[in-house]
Amino acid sequence: MGSFAYAAPDNLADALAVLEQHKNAGQRIQIFAGGTDVLVQLKAGDSEPRTFLDVKNIRETQTISLKGDSAFIGATIVCAQLYENLALKEMFPGLIESADLIGSTQIQGKATLGGNLCNASPAGDTIAALYANKAICMIAGKSGSRELPVEDFVTGVGRNALKPGEILLGLKLPKPNANTSDAYLRFIPRTEMDIAVVGAGVSITLDDEGVCVDATVAISAVAVTTLLVPEAAQALIGSSVDEVALQAAAQASSAAARPISDKRGTKEFRRKVVGVLTRRAALIAANRVKGEAE
Amino acid sequence: MSEAVNFKYIGTRPVRPDGVDKVTGRANYGADANLPGMIHGVVLRSPHAHAIIKKIDLSQVRLLDGIYAAVSGNDFPEVSSGSMGGEGGGDYKDLAANIMARNKVLYHGHAVAAVAARTRELAVEALALIQVEYEILDPVMTLDAAMAEDAAILDESMFTQGVDPKPKYPSNIASRIEFKRGDIEQGFLEADIIVESEFRTPTVHQGYIEPHACLASINEGGQATLWCSTQGHFDVRAASAKVLNMDLCDIKVIPSEIGGGFGGKTVVYQEPVAILLSRISGRPVKMVMDRDEVFRASGPASASHTRVKIGARSDGTLTAMSCWMAFEAGAFKGSAIMPGAMCIFTPYKVANFYIEGFDVVVNKPKVAAYRAPGAPQAMYACESLMDELARKLEMDPLELRLVNAVEEGVQAAYGPKFNAIGFRECLEVAKQHPNYTRALKEGQGRGVAAGFWFNVGMQSSAEVHINENGTVMVIEGNPDIGGSRASMALMAAETLGVPYEKVRVVVADTENAGYTNVTGGSRVTFATGMAVIQAAQDIISQAKQRAAATWELDEDQVDWQNGHAIPMPGVNADVEPLSLARIAANSGRTGGPLLGRASLNAKGAGPGFSVNIAEVAVDRETGKTDVIGFTAIQDAGKAIHPAYVEGQLQGGAAQGIGWALNEEYIYDEKGVMQNAGFLDYRIPVASDLPKIDTHIVEVANTAHPYGVRGVGETPIVAPLAAVANAVRDAIGVRITELPLSPSRVLESIDGA
Repeated sequence: MGSFAYAAPDNLADALAVLEQHKNAGQRIQIFAGGTDVLVQLKAGDSEPRTFLDVKNIRETQTISLKGDSAFIGATIVCAQLYENLALKEMFPGLIESADLIGSTQIQGKATLGGNLCNASPAGDTIAALYANKAICMIAGKSGSRELPVEDFVTGVGRNALKPGEILLGLKLPKPNANTSDAYLRFIPRTEMDIAVVGAGVSITLDDEGVCVDATVAISAVAVTTLLVPEAAQALIGSSVDEVALQAAAQASSAAARPISDKRGTKEFRRKVVGVLTRRAALIAANRVKGEAE
Repeated sequence: MSEAVNFKYIGTRPVRPDGVDKVTGRANYGADANLPGMIHGVVLRSPHAHAIIKKIDLSQVRLLDGIYAAVSGNDFPEVSSGSMGGEGGGDYKDLAANIMARNKVLYHGHAVAAVAARTRELAVEALALIQVEYEILDPVMTLDAAMAEDAAILDESMFTQGVDPKPKYPSNIASRIEFKRGDIEQGFLEADIIVESEFRTPTVHQGYIEPHACLASINEGGQATLWCSTQGHFDVRAASAKVLNMDLCDIKVIPSEIGGGFGGKTVVYQEPVAILLSRISGRPVKMVMDRDEVFRASGPASASHTRVKIGARSDGTLTAMSCWMAFEAGAFKGSAIMPGAMCIFTPYKVANFYIEGFDVVVNKPKVAAYRAPGAPQAMYACESLMDELARKLEMDPLELRLVNAVEEGVQAAYGPKFNAIGFRECLEVAKQHPNYTRALKEGQGRGVAAGFWFNVGMQSSAEVHINENGTVMVIEGNPDIGGSRASMALMAAETLGVPYEKVRVVVADTENAGYTNVTGGSRVTFATGMAVIQAAQDIISQAKQRAAATWELDEDQVDWQNGHAIPMPGVNADVEPLSLARIAANSGRTGGPLLGRASLNAKGAGPGFSVNIAEVAVDRETGKTDVIGFTAIQDAGKAIHPAYVEGQLQGGAAQGIGWALNEEYIYDEKGVMQNAGFLDYRIPVASDLPKIDTHIVEVANTAHPYGVRGVGETPIVAPLAAVANAVRDAIGVRITELPLSPSRVLESIDGA
């Protein structure tokens, strides 16, 4: 049997150097944050020896910044840090709720936002909420940094756009104005400790008359990646988020879904319920803007 | 009902003696046993659901450094057919073939070889070097497929038992059984109303949290010691001896603490393999299943298909009940079709019934007992149809059951006349219960169902030793699953008249306890409890003799009250009462230590009846069912430790709710289970359940000194139908197949 190695540099330059070194030597290296997916995958069969690069000690990945027009959430901020941050919760209630849905309380102390995104599960809970909030991935590499919209970051089941030698530092989210809010809902057969059978994240902006002027709708667990559904957003824009518009958005989401039948649910079930969750999430987001009780 | 008795200790709720070690993690479970020089055994499992083994080659793996032993079916002795008895039933020949496949694999995950290596990782890696050649056969995965005329046959030597004349061709139907009374056709002619339907339930697992684990060590003289997690170490000894052709007395089995069993740990899987690997390697061998193996290769509960027909007069009186039921046995014959068939109509007085049952083999793991084996599936069908009958009659469903409920003196469907039972009392409690009448909101529903289980007695032994300071040791042979140490201590304390805190209970191994049947069949508090009481009475009798000798009285002039010997009323003796402590302190002068014992084959296990009320809310857009209220009412005879009786009621309800709503083995077309883990095999998590309200009815079982009847199994019988009836109430549509998963519920709502 070969052996495993573990590196936990405390600065970005060193981390990039380790990546570069492995790249040049053709050695397998895997970036490791909370480990709540990686360790499970390791145990479930992919036991090939490799180096784990722990990026939790890098300052940039551990930062939350709310200065300026954007919010920045470091890639290794864990779910519990997210939902305990009241300012973030105020700004992105849907995103923060999605982080609160992952695993158990214990898991939420280890599982990170960046890890959930990089793992790129079609059912990843925070991913649809990040799509809905137009998040930008901040990526560092040897030859400098780059930015990538989150919907371009996820490229397939378990696949992302990071090139060898690159690290996801964090996510930049445009700060919502007072008339914008979001919501994320998922369906599981139980109440917790489960994986989304269907998920929907919605961000909505209303004008002073309560008319929807902007919307983003993202759906998950109904295709190989989380999907943006512009047709659903269009159905909401221009409406007062009334039942007709909500139904149209629901239908758009159902139509956009490309689900499969598996042990977690049937194709027909997912197609229908993704519409239901789109409608419910849109309504919650709109009510949040209006300051109405949910 | 017997008159009320004032107990001093029985009926109180002391902390369980094993509690501290269990909550601090100090308790030793199956995987916690370790020995110097220990190596690790793992099993190679079949990648096919149904195949002939053409060849197994272990030569490569045996050459690998660090591998100490490798075995396949050929390395085990031939085992001849013979009934295993006990709760799980089954045949020793099948057991042997289940432990290690011979010639044929019958389910995905069936053991085909095993290796023992320096580390578990090395053993797992070494499995890849074992070459097995298979001829793949069609998997037979459902009752319909197995019973079809042209079905692939699992066992060419199996001819259906119980049909006349004897069949000419082999079949997957292992046996057919029939029970009847009266004239079924006449019964249906007398009915004003007839309802009928058919119901299906899936393969489900007990879901015990602790996987099967054992450590075996055999010496050069051929004497083996086995540490394992089991519900019955004497059964492990018997099965291991049979499978390995060893003498019983050459195997000592030491039971660990047990992290759940529910019937599933009455069977052996790895233990004989570990002994054989230890014999070959000369080292202690540890084997621990992972969760995947537990799901794929231990014994789940039968999937079932039941057609039921019920006839009644317009006042609700039942005139006829009939059913056709088939249970999957898994890879080898021996489902719980017999108890299922015997209990399906038992709660009701009906002059005419007809029950036909089939035990059917399929390419799934061999089923094992699961709390009240056979009853949940059977009574799900009966109680769902009773609910429909009540709806048709526009009658309160509890009232319908009260009209027909069995009671003392009635001849049970399965034969004997009932002694005192508490079914009517449970129904009355349910009717009066606030949870039965509180208002429900739109989209919510309520359902009720009755449950029944026979309970068993069987063999138990116990000893009571009095320490030199008068404290009490109870030695017995039932692994403590549900708090039985506490119950034994309470019964010993009550009998002897000494405080609970002065009693210690030891679960002893096969060499230190008298023969005792498994912890199963809801028998321990009843049967082993009776042995403990008798052993304590033996002590009292000896203590009275010692007091009589001390006082120079005749033995029959001494009485025993509150833990003291006193002169009988009317006996003229100027003496102070002698406490058990005083008698123990003087025992060296009066004949030596006090040692009481008893052994018995307990008869008269009182049947258990229950009534459950389920309240649900169904999301009509997603099909998701939330259980918002659940009330479990059950006759316990006498609750020795009420908190643990309530725990049994709540645990059974939780498992029954899981069975009703989400649990099922999901297979692909090749017969490979798709959800062999707790992520996708969805037992309820704590937040899925409401507070489960309990009400203990106490109609004393006259066969037990304190009135005990078993309580461990009945609680899982009624929840399936109670939940299904509540969902029917909420959505207005009857779904006749479990689980009531969101997809299935949504489909039914949308299809209605």
